[in-house]
Amino acid sequence: MALHFELVTPAKLVRSEDVHMVVVPGTEGEFGVLAGHAPFMSTIRDGALKVYRTENAAPEEIMIQGGFAEVGDTGLTVLAEHVEG
Amino acid sequence: MASLKELKGRINSVKSTQKITKAKQMVAAAKLRKAQANAEAARPYAARLAEVMGSLAGKITVSENSPKLLAGTGSDRIHLLVVANSDKGLCGAFNSNIVKAARLKARELEAQGKTVLFYLVGRKGRAVIRREYPKQIAHMFDTTDVRDPGYNEAEKIADELVAMYEAGKFDVAHLFYSRFRSALLQEPTGQQIIPVPAPKVAAAATGSVVEYEPDEEEILAALLPRYLKTQIFGALLENAASEQGASMTAMDNATRNAGELIQKLTIQYNRSRQAAITTELVEIIAGAEAL
Repeated sequence: MALHFELVTPAKLVRSEDVHMVVVPGTEGEFGVLAGHAPFMSTIRDGALKVYRTENAAPEEIMIQGGFAEVGDTGLTVLAEHVEG
Repeated sequence: MASLKELKGRINSVKSTQKITKAKQMVAAAKLRKAQANAEAARPYAARLAEVMGSLAGKITVSENSPKLLAGTGSDRIHLLVVANSDKGLCGAFNSNIVKAARLKARELEAQGKTVLFYLVGRKGRAVIRREYPKQIAHMFDTTDVRDPGYNEAEKIADELVAMYEAGKFDVAHLFYSRFRSALLQEPTGQQIIPVPAPKVAAAATGSVVEYEPDEEEILAALLPRYLKTQIFGALLENAASEQGASMTAMDNATRNAGELIQKLTIQYNRSRQAAITTELVEIIAGAEAL
């Protein structure tokens, strides 16, 4: 089962893909999101978003600034103000 | 009757004007496409944010402890009108339409005995408002040094607005810009941005319990300035697209007018040329007959 992951900035939709797991730097600590995660919402501190495409793959890091993450039925949506790379 | 040389000079000058308006029209068409694409790209973020705001706003009740951006200052004495214009002209009535909408609102508010302040974005429209309300301009935000107003500008504007709001400089803010309907139609619009009007609560379709971290109120407090930024950003984008649309239409008209003028002048030129030739011929024939 794959997790649908979307990364959105005000200027554009940066990512929209199916991945294995994403580790999000939440304000109250990092949390990993796998497919089937319970509905959840958190603000984000500036840091690296780690995207695991498959279970054993090396994570891809995306630096993000300001925003929040929302986990719903449709997957994980990260709204960030600035994205590097 | 103008001399032949004069007419020729006028035809040439109108022709070069037409070249300029035609070039500007094509530039506007190209820029319009880009501006539209930008506006399109910004939509997912705005839609998501509005969704989240809606679901959050439905969960908490507005009370005195709610963030000021949502609950308001408790009075509505001072109104700030944020007027977003463009920096360049050559776009028909685009800027004056926005200013007109803002002025109408200002009159209406003043008639109700409220104080009106202006916050101007963009270079055009400054002169008009300064003439009418010389002492009521709170700030002029300069966008002349950036090519396309983007999120960074929206962020700066929002930050300044929030700072002014926190300092108690105004109670309610309205944003004026031009909504982009099509290349032919742009609608000057005004909307309230502070206090943030709660987005319509989307019927909680999922019904699932969402866990919040930190709690709802804190997330909402963090979200409000961001929502404001997005709204301003959206307005800037719509404005950019509208400007190019208006410019395209205006330049199209100008090109057509120039074409008509050239035609008229050419006919006039040819007529006078023929008249001159005829007179010459008559003179020669008359001369020959006299011999």
